[in-house]
Amino acid sequence: MQLNALKPGESAIINGIQAEQALVQRLHALGFRPGKQVQVVRQAAFNGPLHIRIGSTDVVIRVQDAQAIHLANPSPESLSA
Amino acid sequence: MKRVALLGMPNTGKSTLFNRLSGASARVGNWPGMTVDLLSAKILLGGHIAELVDLPGLYDLHGFSDDEEVVRHFLSNHPIDLALIILNSAQIDRQLSLALQIRALGLPTVLLLNMEDEAKRAGITIDTKQMSQELGMPVLTISAKYGSGCPEALQLAARVLEKKTPASDPQLIATQLQADNAVEQEMQRIIDRSVQMPLQLNTSTTDRIDRVLLHPWFGLPLFFLAIFLLFQFIFTIGAPLQDATAWIFDTLRGEILDPALSGLPTWLNGLLLDGLYTGLSTVAAFVPIIVLFFLVMSMVEDSGYLSRAAFLMDTLMAKMGLDGRGFVMVLMGFGCNVPALMGTRVMRSRPMRLLTMLTIPLSLCSARLQVFLFMIAILFPPSQAAMALFSLYMVSFFTIFLTAILFKQKFVSSEPFVLELPPYRFPTPNQIWIRGWQEVKHFLYRATKFIVIGVLMVWLLTHLPTTAVPASSETWAGSIGRFFAPVLDPIGIDNHLAIALIFGFVAKEIVVGSLAVIYGLQGDALSHQIAANIDWVQGMSFMLFTLIYTPCLSTIATLRSESKSRGFMWLSLGWSLGLAWLISLAFYQGVRALGY
Repeated sequence: MQLNALKPGESAIINGIQAEQALVQRLHALGFRPGKQVQVVRQAAFNGPLHIRIGSTDVVIRVQDAQAIHLANPSPESLSA
Repeated sequence: MKRVALLGMPNTGKSTLFNRLSGASARVGNWPGMTVDLLSAKILLGGHIAELVDLPGLYDLHGFSDDEEVVRHFLSNHPIDLALIILNSAQIDRQLSLALQIRALGLPTVLLLNMEDEAKRAGITIDTKQMSQELGMPVLTISAKYGSGCPEALQLAARVLEKKTPASDPQLIATQLQADNAVEQEMQRIIDRSVQMPLQLNTSTTDRIDRVLLHPWFGLPLFFLAIFLLFQFIFTIGAPLQDATAWIFDTLRGEILDPALSGLPTWLNGLLLDGLYTGLSTVAAFVPIIVLFFLVMSMVEDSGYLSRAAFLMDTLMAKMGLDGRGFVMVLMGFGCNVPALMGTRVMRSRPMRLLTMLTIPLSLCSARLQVFLFMIAILFPPSQAAMALFSLYMVSFFTIFLTAILFKQKFVSSEPFVLELPPYRFPTPNQIWIRGWQEVKHFLYRATKFIVIGVLMVWLLTHLPTTAVPASSETWAGSIGRFFAPVLDPIGIDNHLAIALIFGFVAKEIVVGSLAVIYGLQGDALSHQIAANIDWVQGMSFMLFTLIYTPCLSTIATLRSESKSRGFMWLSLGWSLGLAWLISLAFYQGVRALGY
């Protein structure tokens, strides 16, 4: 499962990142790392970009780029976050 | 002289700190990559003069953006004696990686943790002693915004410099930069030991504001409403100020200058009063409204709302081959096109950057705004003025979208869109004051550089040869007008307006001033004369042309230097001139055909 599969309000743990090197590096610098929890805060209208929260950082990312971020299966209690 | 480099991620208050330490006034922007040129200043450190260099904000010493490349290039080519690293305390968990990357280079380093107020509000406490021990470098909390901790930071920096460790070896750093990646693990270990952070941050004020402003359906309408209200605010406050300034210049001339200079020869009197003074004072009347405009723009820019605008607009921009950041650059272009063009450096994909740069010169900058405020006040009753100006902003958006759609096939890119959303911030009165003062300085600089020379040349062109009646068709200006008549007649632009347009090519600030010189009048007399000479259809056609054709020489020079391509510069120039003419032609002939 990838990050773009999460609905607003849901969160999950990052499993890995698969993309071209530049994007991987940028995501790393913004704090995207395996083991970290990410939450989808909201999505812009018309299948627009996702507003993601990772740690104390808020990030905007397009749905297609969010596919690069692979998730571990979400635990039930994190869904209520 | 010792060299101190200031390093940090974007949005950490690095520019604010630089301004505070240097006493200068670099621009503060809440937008990644705003600090584009390398600023440096001489500061006093422990009794010695040191050079403080403000390096561009970077996320990652090994990243791929232009700014990150600039920093690497700088460190690999210039020895430095001390690296001042500034990080955002509220995001210390991920920003510490930068400090570790820089430490790994073996540079003498002082770590400054900024925005402790934001961190406190978010419930984050940092044990600086523990962190300092773990890192093996001095750590200090500061507030660049309010200045607390800054004197201590300078003392600390002076003490580190006194240890006389040799300056960094650029070549060694160049090799080190190529390899190293074990930073991440160590960062996690130190964070785990020295930082306590609530696992899930409390719903903060930013969250509550975002719930309204980023609402899927109301977000965009609210954004445009906010922008509209800001403009309304600017003009409500600015219009009386503008009238007052114009009155002061008028009175000054009537009461003091006219009697004082009456003894001079007629030609010199004319040159000084009808040329220089009339031109400059007509332009200067707009200074209050432009300063106000920039103050409001800078507050919006520093607030973090522009990144939200990028989020809201991205879907629409993607359809035009651009992304949300492009929209933000266009908005910044409303202030001035030049920094907006330089701001595109945050884009890594060249086609995306070029396409964005092609659209920016079409955004209605503050210099063009002057021309429109001036012409609209003459040609339209007050009840229609707001609508006329609003429609020009709409045309600006329309030409931007049209350009992007037409050229997107030529500039295809697949750059990922990943953007940080900083928390909302409010600039301090001091920041606002510095920014406003800078705009006044910038205007005075342009005034001396372009406007004085411009209005003097216009005066000469409209008064030579001496045998001709001033501003008549026998003057040199008349000949130039006749030369361009075949192109400009079809769009309703007469001889007088043509001269203003030609000089407007250098800078739009000249346009209003040169109209004053061409007619040899100022204030109400000038307005009446112009209203008698042209009707609203001609005036609107003139404004459309002014809006779309190349903004100024500085923009062209920036296009050339940022794209590193002469061909691209010519493309932009040719496209905007052609589009300006076509749209003015369509408007003028269309409205005339309708019987106006």
